[in-house]
Order: sequence, then structure tokens, then C-alpha cells
Amino acid sequence: MQDQSDIIRQYYEEVPIQDDYLIKVPELVMMDDEAPDLGSAAKIVAEMAVRKWKATVEGDVLIVGAGITGMQAALDIAEKGYRVVLVEKSSTIGGNMVKLDKTFPTNDCSICTAAPKMVEVSRHPNIKLLTYSEVTRLDGEKGDFTAHVYRKSKYVDPTKCTGCDDCTAVCPVEVVNPFDEKLSRRKAIYIEFPQAVPIIYTIDYEHCVGCGACERACEPQAISFLEKSEDIEVKAGSVIVASGFELFEPLEMRKEYGYGKYPNVITAMQFERLLSSFGPTEGKPRRPSDGKKPKSIAWIQCVGSRSKQLGFPYCSRVCCMYATKEASIIKEAEPDLDITIFYMDIRAYGKDFQQYYEKAMGLGVNYVRARPSSVYQNEDKSITVKYMDTHSRKVGEKTVDLLVLSTAIIPSKENKRLAQKLGLEADDCGFFRSESVLSNPIQSSRSGVYLAGCNQGPKDIPDCVSMGCGAAAKAVVPIKDRKKVRPAEPPAEKDVAGKEPRIGVFVCHCGKNIASYVDVDAVTKYAQALPNVVYTAHEMFVCSEDIQKRIKEKIRDEDLNRVVVAACSPRTHGPLFQDTLVQGGLNKYLFEMANIRNHCSWVHSHEPAKATEKAKDLVRMAVVKAGMLEPLAERTVGVIPRALIIGGGISGMEAAIALSEMGIDSHLVEREKELGGNLRRLHSLFPADVSATDVIAPLIERVRGDPRIAVLTGSELVHVEGFIGNFKGKLKTPDGEKEVEFATAIIATGFREIDLAGRYGYGQSPKIVTQMELEKMLMDGTTPRFKSVVMINCAGAMDEQRPYCCRIGCGVAIKNAKILLQINPKAEISLLYRDIRVFGKEEEEYYADVIEKGVKIIRYLKEAETEVVVGGDGTVRVKVKDSIYSDTHELPADLVVLTAETEGNVATDKIKQMFKVPAGLGNFFSEAHAKIRPLDFSADGVYICGSAHYPKNLADTIAQAQGAASRAAIPIMQGIVKSEGIISVIDPERCSGCGLCVEVCPYTAIELDERKVAVVNETLCKGCGACAAACPSGSARQKGYRDNQILAMIRSAIV
Amino acid sequence: MSDDFEPLIVTFCCNWCSYAGADLAGTSRVQYPPNIRIIRVMCSGMVHPNLVIDALMKGADGVLICGCHPGDCHYLEGNLTAEKRAEAIRLMLEDLGIETERFRLEWVSASEGQRFGKVVKDMVEQIKTLGPSPYRTQRMTQ
Repeated sequence: MQDQSDIIRQYYEEVPIQDDYLIKVPELVMMDDEAPDLGSAAKIVAEMAVRKWKATVEGDVLIVGAGITGMQAALDIAEKGYRVVLVEKSSTIGGNMVKLDKTFPTNDCSICTAAPKMVEVSRHPNIKLLTYSEVTRLDGEKGDFTAHVYRKSKYVDPTKCTGCDDCTAVCPVEVVNPFDEKLSRRKAIYIEFPQAVPIIYTIDYEHCVGCGACERACEPQAISFLEKSEDIEVKAGSVIVASGFELFEPLEMRKEYGYGKYPNVITAMQFERLLSSFGPTEGKPRRPSDGKKPKSIAWIQCVGSRSKQLGFPYCSRVCCMYATKEASIIKEAEPDLDITIFYMDIRAYGKDFQQYYEKAMGLGVNYVRARPSSVYQNEDKSITVKYMDTHSRKVGEKTVDLLVLSTAIIPSKENKRLAQKLGLEADDCGFFRSESVLSNPIQSSRSGVYLAGCNQGPKDIPDCVSMGCGAAAKAVVPIKDRKKVRPAEPPAEKDVAGKEPRIGVFVCHCGKNIASYVDVDAVTKYAQALPNVVYTAHEMFVCSEDIQKRIKEKIRDEDLNRVVVAACSPRTHGPLFQDTLVQGGLNKYLFEMANIRNHCSWVHSHEPAKATEKAKDLVRMAVVKAGMLEPLAERTVGVIPRALIIGGGISGMEAAIALSEMGIDSHLVEREKELGGNLRRLHSLFPADVSATDVIAPLIERVRGDPRIAVLTGSELVHVEGFIGNFKGKLKTPDGEKEVEFATAIIATGFREIDLAGRYGYGQSPKIVTQMELEKMLMDGTTPRFKSVVMINCAGAMDEQRPYCCRIGCGVAIKNAKILLQINPKAEISLLYRDIRVFGKEEEEYYADVIEKGVKIIRYLKEAETEVVVGGDGTVRVKVKDSIYSDTHELPADLVVLTAETEGNVATDKIKQMFKVPAGLGNFFSEAHAKIRPLDFSADGVYICGSAHYPKNLADTIAQAQGAASRAAIPIMQGIVKSEGIISVIDPERCSGCGLCVEVCPYTAIELDERKVAVVNETLCKGCGACAAACPSGSARQKGYRDNQILAMIRSAIV
Repeated sequence: MSDDFEPLIVTFCCNWCSYAGADLAGTSRVQYPPNIRIIRVMCSGMVHPNLVIDALMKGADGVLICGCHPGDCHYLEGNLTAEKRAEAIRLMLEDLGIETERFRLEWVSASEGQRFGKVVKDMVEQIKTLGPSPYRTQRMTQ
């Protein structure tokens, strides 16, 4: 994990902290007439002491909290051209996500997906970071807020600290490390974790003994004990609160589960730290009592969740999956481990969650359905869990080496105080109150202040990211007419055409990362002798700020026209050096990297001599290629200031409204004659008993009356061409064909129930209906007083053909059971279920209430264990094998309601083809990244939201729709899009017109013109090079990767 | 064929998955033999068979192409093209009298640092048992 820290450290060195351009000239009050004339270090300290800063930061949006939600919101706003002030109370940004080892259900490394966002936030010119700071008051109103921010002193000068870690080595004070969930110790001067951003050490004032050891050890003299904390005034037009969550500390459950009493009982977050490669055990979990490898581990679920007595009444939404993740990661690494998860219901409700859960079972993770009553510690410090298996009804005991408690997500303890400071309302638990949990989740109780992330209820990472984007869309509205901040124009490019290559080679030590294993000096000398190389240097950190300056100087002074950096990976650092080239007046494609760290020093650290030889080879290959590089142009194209939204259901309408509020026009295309989508056919909504019509009708009216929204009902998109910024589409409308132009598209086509014909007796009797059909009945008011109702959940779901959970069925069934009970309080209602998956706030409480009202629940395991029998006399009975009591019930029913599995809507296949976007299982569209890019496709300019992505409840749908609007607004608000520089080019002289390239091009970027010559559309081409590899005449070539360039590299590799 | 034969394997890694996987191998400090020279390409599907043949004819002891797993290709189906092409490459190698084992196409995702190391290790071992390329002498005498 070392390299991540380096990456960020190096990035950090490039841009120390955000430039002070946002800060108005501070009021500088000198207490004496002059600063005393002392030695340089002392002088700085003295200056710091006498300065009384009173800074005002002028921003457009203030964001409180820089976890994944706050970071995403900040980026979405900054990308639109507005200035963000991001306030974070800890000394680094990143929040809780960076503590996780991996993320479900893809097992992506958490820090690896979060760190690039952290770096992007810290480098963004429109984002001003205030870490170690807290908002103390919020005055003013929407459009004109003044926040008072208290920035605590880190006692370390951010402009000097290089993050070298010398200070911690000498600090004599050790304290418990909260970042590692108290499993390790850190010094009184610290950074939270190696990849922290900004990478500035912080002195923990509470524990510092003031010995001065760090000050003496600090070479750059960054320690300044006299630095004062400061009050900063932040001006902003709107505020986003993304203050995050805390985890339940099960100390109150010491009696039951022994946390805090027995050393080998830990929380799931502690286990994450044990799994993490930069955690206290470097990714190899050990038990706290003796540091030994555990042979058996158990998890207890719902600790602090789903319990009014001990903890909180709601379901925390993520624990089933994080426990499954932790268990399967460790089981996969050590197949002999004995792993048990004690659960109540497995809430594998999200996209791919059910499959993930089944995979864990396949690995041998043992799931036991039980809520253990107590645990005790044995002499060898192992823990015995006492439980009753609710399947076998047997009481059991399980002894394990390590017990992990899956603790609840709870509101931060400071939330209530923060609510007072910000003038917001909090609920009984301490979560912030949304204007409406159901229909306006992002709007807080104060106008101009928006909520996102887990501070109004537990959420999974992608839901947080979506909501962060949604809040960004809302927060832009009050400031949309302000002046946008545009990136500065780079200096003019040096003309290198026809000039001999003059290559500069910069070799990096990367501290010790390269230099400890590779003889950097020898590599540099070797490079010096290579053809065309006119300048060489080796530096401690080539990516540091001062070396960037030097590269620019050398481009000028040595007249360099190609630059090679031998350091780390072009994937992480290429853009940084390319920026430097651009600033130095060179085309950014005249740059090549030799990866002598990730591909050399780190992987051959046991063979330094061979590593040095390999590094020379890699540098030689890079130099050879650099000599053949040519400048490439990135075309900038204008953008059609309009979006297209496909689907006029709740998602599409909310997206259109959010766009309109940001001042952006859209076409809203709906296949049906009326707007409203599935909600139009629903009676009411879970979990608030709100009439669906009450939600949808005002929205339809609002959309219909909005001059920025062109509604096209009864219409379908039949053809699309073009690219981000400039799409052209053909619509089939009731008035004939219509052409539309748009910059970005939002796909909001929703879902439908699958066809159950032939299963569960569906179609054989009018008494057997689906939930959708029941909704219609309820809406029409034609529902008779049913006496006995059987609901079958997961109809057609979670089998081989459709192995996924529909996410919403349990909630819908419970709500409809409640309504049928209201119609006939004496009705016998049985709900056949597999797991009750009501997750998140409000839902669990609603469910508990319905069960109390007398709905009978019966758990069954698979479709084969239910049978719907239609008798000759028209009577219907349902037979079911009860998996808990192992007996078979036969239930008479005058109504059977099937909670049908869902799938992507009819239009999915066509849209997939038209926009070249993927859809996965169940024909739901596949987002670019399951965790951090939930609303984007890999294809630029196309976004998804709502149930087209996966079925979801109203609040999540609305947050996503507003989030997708934010994403789709970015290119439009920027006003331009840039095409790729690395694209294909076809030599018309050599083209034989065979058309092979046209066939292999995945982006339809090549066409044969009237002369039968292939022509590349430069804006459509993504530069994959498929055409170049297919072309039999050698006329198709990929810029930046021409055959002759690669051949030269190959030949240079072989010596 | 002496024991100290150190093969040289020209390796093409696609930018999106395999190059990142090789980066991760570094980050995770996976140790593998230093016999490969990685050339970054945008997609495994852009490696023209001629490039593979050229490398082997010029005396490389092996060529390894690494791409995204099927379904993960950044460019939709470039890796599948590479797979089809691999078959053709093997036929060409047979014609040229080069052992087809000297060429490999492997899928390495961005999260498979360990796997990348293993692929390299396996291939180096295999080439070591095969011995130097028949064209290597040419390279030595050049």
C-alpha cells in the first residue's frame, strides 16, 4: 500500500494545499511595528505568533464533511465551474470508506477507489479544502450564507511539511489510534493513514508533551508550536451537509456479547482494519488477546440494529453484506478457517448482492439463522456463543477464536449539536430530518441547506455517491447565475515539427522506493549516453512541486522537445507530468514514462543488480519511443445545451426538474401516452402510506408547465448518432418523426414485473394476481373484503434463471398486507417469504408494526416448496413447507398475491444498442463502477438513474435522478467537450477500401466514403487501435501507438 | 542450454486492466522474475500479429499479451479480437518453426496483481524449459 501514500504525497507536493486564491487578502495585524529579525526558523514561528489571521473564504457552495459523499458533491459542483469550500473535521479527507479493506459486491480495494477521488479533490482548482476544521455557526439565508469555521492548528506548517515521517520516529508519546479503531497506537504527531490527503502531519495537542523532539527532527522546519488556530468566515450561496455516520459501540452490550470485556470480541470495523493491508496486522487478521492466527471466526449480525431495547430500531442496511464480504475474503484466503455468521435475515437486497451471498455460502461460510443470547469467554480466551437456531429450533453453542460484532450505523454523536449550529432539525435517533423522507430526501429543514450521505439514515456507498451528486444538483440552483471559474489558458505550444528530438530524462528515486533497489545514478548515466538525450537528472521526487518547476525550466533552457520520466506508473502520474509539459509549452503527447518502480524496483527488490539492468532497458525503450513521438491535437467541440431523458416516470421527471432548476433544457421522452411510469399504477408507497397519486400528480403538473422541459409522450427514441456534447436522435412521435439534438442523455426507463405465466397457478384463476395487479385493484377502490389472503414473495426470483433479489418486493408486500388488513381487520393474511429484506430507516419499524397487527409470516426456501392449487370449484389453496417449523401448511385463499421478480423495461435492448451501453442480469443497465460511479456509464455522456439501474424505493430513486441530472449537467455547464488525442488515422493513399476496419470498430467511428476510402470520425474514435491491428494494408494507424513506434520499442527491448 | 539462461519476454499490457494489474503487483510487492519488458498498449486488441512475429524473429524468447478478462474490455470487445488473433498467431509460429508456447495471451484484471506475478513466473519457467529462441543466436551475433 506504500505506493498509494506516495502517490498522494507526491501529488500533494505538486499542489501543497489549495492556492489561496479563494482567500481574500487576510487582515494582517502586526502587533509590533516589525517582525523581530531572527534566524529563519525562529522568524517564521515568531511571524506566525504575531499574525492574527482573520480570513474570509469566498465560495459558492459550502460542503460540511469530506467523506465519499462530500467529495463527490464537491467534484460535481467544482466541475460545473463553481467554487467549493470543503470543511472536514478530521485532519484528512476520505471519511469512513478509506478505513474499509474492500467493498462488496465486487471486492474492489476500497482505498484504491477512494484515493483517486481524494487526490482529484485536493488538486481541483475550484475546491478549497479546510481540514481539521469545524463549522460553528451558519448565518444568512439561501443565496447568501456566512459560515463560521474554526480551523484548529495542526502545529505543522502545511507549506513546509513534506510528509517524510521523521517526526513520528522521535515522538515519545504513544496514544491509542482511532483510525485503526483502537487496535494500534500512534504518536502524538501523526497522519491518520499513509494515503491521507493532505499529507500534513498533525500534532495531537491534547497528548503532546511539548518536548520539542519533532521540531528538532524536522528538517524542513515545519513544526510551529506557536501557530494559532483560527476563525474563518466562509461565504457561500448554498450548503451541503454530508457529515456522515458513526458506528455503534457495543459497550452497552458488554453483558450479552462481551465487547470491552473479552479481548477477542471486536467490531466489524475493527475486523476491516485487521484485513486492511495498511492496518495494524497488515492484512493478516490476528486475535487481540495473543496475536495468534484465529482458526475460527464468527460474526453476530444486527448488533445495535433492529432492536428498540439495545441500540436502534432500524436496519443498518449494509451489515449483512459487509459481514459476508469480510467472511468471504478471509475464507478465500484461508479455506481451512471455520467461519460462521449468525443472522436474523440476510438482507442481500442490492444489485448482485444475492449472488455475492450465495458465493460466500459456496466458499463454505456457514450462515446460522439465530440471534445469539449471550457469549462467554473460555480459559484459552476463545469465545463461546450461545444461540438458538431458528431453523432447527435447537439450542446450540459455538466456540470461536475471534468474535466479530456487526455493529449498527448510527448518527454521529455530534449530529444533534451540529444540527443546532446549522439550524437544522434532527430526529429522535439524531439523524437529520429531510423535508420528506419519501419525496424530498435531499432538502433539509432549512432552505438552501441540503443533506447527503448517511447523516439522515444508513446507506451503502453508491447510494451515498448518488445522493452526493443529487445534493450537488440542488446546491447549484441558488448560485447558478454566478460567474463560473474557468481553467486558465495554457501557454502556446512549441513547434517541434521537423526538429531533431532533444530528449530530457528525469529519473526518480521515489524516496527509497526506487533508489533502495535500483542504482538510480547508474541508470541516469546510462540514459545520458542514449541517442537524442540532451539532458538527464535524478531527483528525490520527480513529482514534487520544485521538480515540476525545474522540468519547465529545462524545456526552455535546454530546448527540450521530448520528456521522459523514469519513475512510477503513467496511469497514476502521467497526467501530472503531462500538465507540466503543457505549462512548459510542450504538447502533452511528447511525453513518455518508464515505469521503474511498480514494474521494476518493487517487484525485483530481492535482485537489485538485475533490477538496475532492467531499469536501464525500460529507460532505453522509453527514450526510443519518445524520439518518435509527435504532437497530437485534442479537439475541443462545443456542446448542445440540452439533455435528453428517456422515460417519463418518477426518475425521468425528477431528473428533468433538477436540470430545469439548474437552467438546463431537456427533452423528456415517454413511451406511454401519459407521464408517471409505474407510479401511475401504484396505490400507495412504502414505507410512508403515501398515495402514489399524491406524489406523482404535482410532479406531472410541474413538468408539464415547465418551459424548459419539452415533454414528448407516446414517443420513442429510434435512432442515435453522435457523441457526448453532440448527440442527434430520431424520435417516433404521434405527430411523425422528429429529430432532436442533445449533449447528454439520461436513461430512466424503469422496470417491469416478469411474466409468471404457468408458475404459481398464475393465469389459472382470477384469484391469483401480482402485486402490481393488486395495486390497481386498490387504486380503483374495487378491492373486496378478502377473508384469507396469501402473499408469496420472491415469485420467480432467486432461482437459477434469475438469481437476484428484486430489492423492493418485501416492502411492497408488507405495505399491501397492511392495507388489506385495514380493509378487513379480520382477514387472515399469510406472507410467505424467504428473507424479509426491509432495509434502512423507517422500513424496519414499518415492518415490525405490520407484524404486530397480525400478519402471519411463513418462511420457505424455494419455489418447489410452494404450490398454488386451483380446485375444480374455483377454490384456491396454497401449500407451503415451513422452513422454520418444518411442517407443511395448507392455506385456503380467496386471494393469492405474487410478489413477482422484476426486470429491466422493454426498451432496454434497443437502448443498449443505440447508446452502446451494457446491461447485466435481469436486463438492468450496468453502471461504470458499482461503488463510486453508480450513475455513469463507461460511455461518455450517458447516465442512468432509477429502476433502470435496479429497482429501488422512492427516496433512493429521487436521489439518483437528481444525481444523474447533476452528472448530465456537467458537460453542458462546461460548454465544451474535448476529444481524445490518441485516435486512429487512416492513410487514404494506402487504404484499399476493404472495410475490415469498419467492421471491427466498436464505436462505429469509421465509415467508407464515396471513394471507398475509410474515414475516421475523430470525435467518435476512442483510440482502441482495433482498426490498426485489423488493417491488411497498414493504412490504419493509431496515433501515439504507431506500428513503427512499437516496433522500435520491441527492437530496443531485445539487445 | 546452460542453466543460467535468462529468457527475454516482450510483454504487451493493455492500459486499462493488465497494465494496472502489473502496477498493483508492484504496489503489493509481488516478486516475479525480471525477464519481462512491458510495452503499454491501449488495448490487447491493437497488438498486430506482425508485432508478435517481429519480436520473436528478432530474438525475443517469448511474447506475452495481457488483456482484460472477457466482458471487461474498456473498448467493449478488443480482448475477444485478440483471442481470435492469437489462434492465427499460433499458426504463423508453427509455419516459422517457433514453438507456439513462446506466445501467450492471458487475462489479467486491474485487481489481479498476484495473478500478474504468477503469469509471468509461469511463463518464464516454461520458456526456461524450452530454452532460448531459435532466433536468439541471430540476436547474439548481431
